[in-house]
Parts: sequence; C-alpha cells; structure tokens
Amino acid sequence: MHKVLIVGEHDGKTLNPATAKCVTCAGGIPDVEITIVILGADTAAVAGQAAAVAGVKSVLRVDRPENQHPLAAIFAPQLAALAADYTHIFGPSTSFGKDLMPRVAALLGVPQVSDLMAVEGAYLFKRPTYAGNAIVTVQADPARKLIATVRVASFESAKAGGNAAVESKSLSVALPSHTRYVGAKSGSTDRPDLQTAKRVVSGGRALGSAENFKLLFSLADKIGAAVGASRAAVDAGYAANEMQVGQTGKIISPDIYIAIGISGAIQHLTGIKDARTIVAINKDGEAPIFEVADVGLVGDLFQIVPELERLVSG
Amino acid sequence: MQKIIVCIKRVVDYNVRIRVKPDGSGVMLDGVKMSVNPFDEIALEEALRIKERGTNIEVVAVSIGVADTQQQLRTALAMGADRAILVQTDLPVEPLTAAQTFLAVANKENPDLIFLGKQAIDDDANQTGQMLAAIWQRPQATYASKVEISGGKASVTREVDAGLETIEVDLPAVVTVDLRLNEPRYVKLPDIMKAKKKPLEVTSLEALGVSTAVLLKTVKTEPPAQRQKGVMVKDVAELVGVLKKKGLI
Ligand SMILES: Cc1cc2nc3c(=O)[nH]c(=O)nc-3n(C[C@H](O)[C@H](O)[C@H](O)COP(=O)(O)OP(=O)(O)OC[C@H]3O[C@@H](n4cnc5c(N)ncnc54)[C@H](O)[C@@H]3O)c2cc1C
Repeated sequence: MHKVLIVGEHDGKTLNPATAKCVTCAGGIPDVEITIVILGADTAAVAGQAAAVAGVKSVLRVDRPENQHPLAAIFAPQLAALAADYTHIFGPSTSFGKDLMPRVAALLGVPQVSDLMAVEGAYLFKRPTYAGNAIVTVQADPARKLIATVRVASFESAKAGGNAAVESKSLSVALPSHTRYVGAKSGSTDRPDLQTAKRVVSGGRALGSAENFKLLFSLADKIGAAVGASRAAVDAGYAANEMQVGQTGKIISPDIYIAIGISGAIQHLTGIKDARTIVAINKDGEAPIFEVADVGLVGDLFQIVPELERLVSG
Repeated sequence: MQKIIVCIKRVVDYNVRIRVKPDGSGVMLDGVKMSVNPFDEIALEEALRIKERGTNIEVVAVSIGVADTQQQLRTALAMGADRAILVQTDLPVEPLTAAQTFLAVANKENPDLIFLGKQAIDDDANQTGQMLAAIWQRPQATYASKVEISGGKASVTREVDAGLETIEVDLPAVVTVDLRLNEPRYVKLPDIMKAKKKPLEVTSLEALGVSTAVLLKTVKTEPPAQRQKGVMVKDVAELVGVLKKKGLI
C-alpha cells in the first residue's frame, strides 16, 4: 500500500486548482491511498473543499496562527513531522510548492523529484529537463520516502464529488522566528487566472509598450481569456511579472494559446507545450513560433489584433 | 556583513540546441559550449553589488563539478569574486548532495549570506537552495527580485505566482535569485588577466565528508513529443473561421 500526502495550496479561502491536479497524479500510483493536508490559520473552509475532491481518502487540518502565510521555513518542519505515516509527499510545481517541498525533503534527508509529468510506477516517473528538451525517466529508491512536485500542466483536475473524512491535527513542533512575512502585491484582476484559463492571449516584445498591451487585454476580454507575456515583454516593463509564460514563468495548458509578437524561443515554448491549440501571429514568417503553431498568420499585429477583436465579436 | 558565498554551476550554454543521444543514455555534451548557469550569474552580480556598497566584504564563488569547472570559476573571479573553491568530482551531483556539499563549505567559511540561482537550466530541479537552507537550519528567500540588507536582516521581494511577495529574514540566510533581480556585468579583458592570479582552491567531496550515494537513477532520456507544424492562414477572416470550426472561440 502506498500512502501519498498531498500538500494543499490555498489562499486562506479557496483551494488552488493545482491541488486537484496533484490528486490525479497521485492516483496514477498503484495501490494508493491519498491524504491532503491543509496548513493555515483557519482552514475549515479550505479543508471542506479538499474533502470534496474525488479520490481523496482523508484531509488533515493543521491550524496555527503561524500558518497564516505559507512560509516554507514554517510549513516544512510541520510537514516533516507528519511524514512518518506516508510513503510519498507531493506538492504542486507552483511557486508555493517549489519553494516548500525541497525544504521538506532535506529535513527528512531524502531526495526530491521535481515536476512529475507522468507516473510509470510507484517509484518511476518522467520529468522534463533542459527546458523540456530532454525528458528523463527517474527511478527512486522504494526504501526511502519520496518527495515530489507535480507539473500541474501535465494532469487534468480530479473531479469533484468526493467525501473524505476531515481530521484536525495538532503538532507540537517548534517553529523558527527567523523568517517573517511582510506583504504581497498582486496584480489581481477580474480576468481568468493564467494558470487555469481555457483561453490565453499572450504578447511579446513586439507590443512595444504597456499602453499597447491594452490591445491584448481588450481582445482577451472579448473571448474570456487570460493574458500572458514573454519574458522580453515582462523585462521591458510592458507586462507584470506574474504574466510571464515559460521555463522560468508559468507552465500552462489552455485549450487555445494565441501568441502575438512572440518569436518562440525554447524557454518560452517550454511553457506552452501542453496547450491544445497554439495560434501564432507574427510579422516574420520565419519565426520559430510557426514551427509549433497549429494555426499561423503572418502580418503586423497592430493591424491584425483590432480586426481579430472585431471579427470574434461579430 | 563580512562574507558572501555564491554557488555556481557549470551548465550547457542556454543558446545550445539540446539533442538527446539516440541510445537514450543522456544528452549530447561532446564539444558543446559550457557556461555559468544564467541564474548563478545574477546571484554573483547581486553579491558583488552588496560588496561594492559595503566595506571589507569577501565574495567566495563555490562550485561542484569536473576539473574544467575551473573555467566557470575563473569567469566568476573575473566578474569580481575574491576567491573560488572547486569541489571536484566526475560524478553527476544531485541537488541533495550539492546542498550537503555547500553546507560543508558553509560550516568552514561561516558566511552571512549564500546566494544561488533559483534553478539550474540543465536539470531544472529548483531544489538546491531550499535544501541547503533546511540543513543549515537557516531562513530561505527564494525567487528574489529585490534584496535589501540592513542590520543583520535581509528584506527580500520574491516573484511568486500571484505577483510579488516580501519577506524579512535574519542573517545568515540563503537567497535564490530570479531573472529580474539585476543584469550581470560583462567581464573585461583586464579582469580576466587579474582573475588568473586570484586564489582557486580545489577540494573533493571526500575531503568534505559528503556521501556520494546515488539516490535517484536516471534510467532513460528521450526527446519530448514533437508538435506538428500546423496550417498557415492568409488573413484574419480565415483565422477566425478556423478557430470557430474548432470550437475554440
Ligand atoms: C535562463 C533563461 C530563462 C528564460 N525564461 C524565459 C521564460 O520563462 N519565458 C520567456 O518567454 N522567455 C524566457 N527567456 C527568454 C527567451 O530566450 C527569449 O529572449 C524571449 O522569450 C523573447 O521574447 P519575445 O518573443 O517577446 O521577443 P523577441 O524574441 O524579440 O521576439 C519578438 C517577435 O515579435 C515579432 N514582431 C515584431 N514586430 C511585430 C509586429 N508589428 N507584428 C507582429 N510581430 C512582430 C518579431 O518578428 C519577433 O518574432 C529566458 C532566457 C533565459 C536565458
């Protein structure tokens, strides 16, 4: 029997959809029992959402005032204290999971496998390396606990309809005071979340200014899309950092990704490989983005985008 | 603030087109250009800027790898590191082993800060800094896009999925850096000449007492599934037609 503990990600109110994708990944392990753990200040609501994910056996709540903000230095020792009962501990490959899980692994003295994209066995996994240009199959040692992050773009969300038992845990773990949360700034909008959106409109350096990015926001609003950006666009200050798509930004898997004025560098393509349909709009017919695009249109984005917006609303 | 360690990894240059060996045993590395991991360059640049703002701060570049990793450490010295340490090994080094190695170095050197890149662009693991912080029992501030040091503390702005987050950590601490923290300087020829005279110590995993056990075995390497090249459309009307037909808009 394999017992997988999944670290639930949330913002205090809502369970992040990445968690249900980790459940699907864990469900690929043979003979498995899945538990989700929610750490927070008051996790009643989020734990309820986790209990409703199909395939989950139990949900653990660890409520402590120190857990108000997801600091790795605070969460990791608590997860290490829970580890004894489990063979695997999974977290999502989000900034939350990537920060936290290696700290848990090292406290336990065990290795981590990052970015699981396929489960081939209880200790056999595929993961991307070299910006997704080489996929490796990794064999971990069954005698050790396995820590992993899950590449969420590789898995569908587990369905709703579960009815897991919720249990409150009190852990007597001493927590460090050397790390303190100060504050956050998010560009939260009414638009769909980039990581879970079905449709994404994304812009590159060619947009030329933050002002011109409004062309994309306007198009996105017409079709209910999230807006992404290349690194060049973010570095130039045309778009916010949380909009970056790629090896070092977000890895996404929308039904449709519309790349506008993006050349298609490998680091960018890494982030969109799992998009169902890629549309490329670029004035250079030789741009590498056309090698991976399902539909391509050569031309000037400043003419094409307004016309596209007109025609989709018509 | 007296000493900053910067961890440097030798990786395939980011401009190289990666090819998987036909027998699935790895990627082709023969004759391929090797460089300092781009994130580590940013880490080093940040350390150098802190050094230049302060007084008497020593910056030590540390790497683990084959003998030729001296080239990347010489680059670090040319950028401005004061000295370098190479933990020489021909074995592939997993993140946990790297963290244990850097811990052994930290225990000797007692730095106030350890900077690393947030990930290496070869294995893309994104683990070493966090693991090092854990076993050093010190704070971690990952994905830094801004670092401010004052009074034995660091205030670090982090790039997270939702935007930006700021945390404060007590020193000593581990900071891993993201792309927008700074733009690394170019090395000038005279600096390269000067770097040749700077100290570069070579040691080994054994000398540091680090176990070299293989914890994760790579059994196969394969190229990713290729996307098929699609259709080109001639104008916006045709594009909209195709997308409507596919039910995408
Ligand atoms: C370690 C590392 C990590 C990286 N991580 C990422 C990452 O996560 N994400 C990422 O995106 N990049 C990343 N990069 C950067 C990447 O290598 C490219 O530099 C970047 O993706 C280029 O962005 P771009 O396509 O917007 O710009 P460019 O490459 O400059 O492309 C602009 C494109 O716009 C087209 N164009 C110009 N004007 C018009 C017009 N009027 N109409 C239509 N088309 C026009 C041009 O033909 C060109 O193809 C990383 C690089 C490194 C070294």
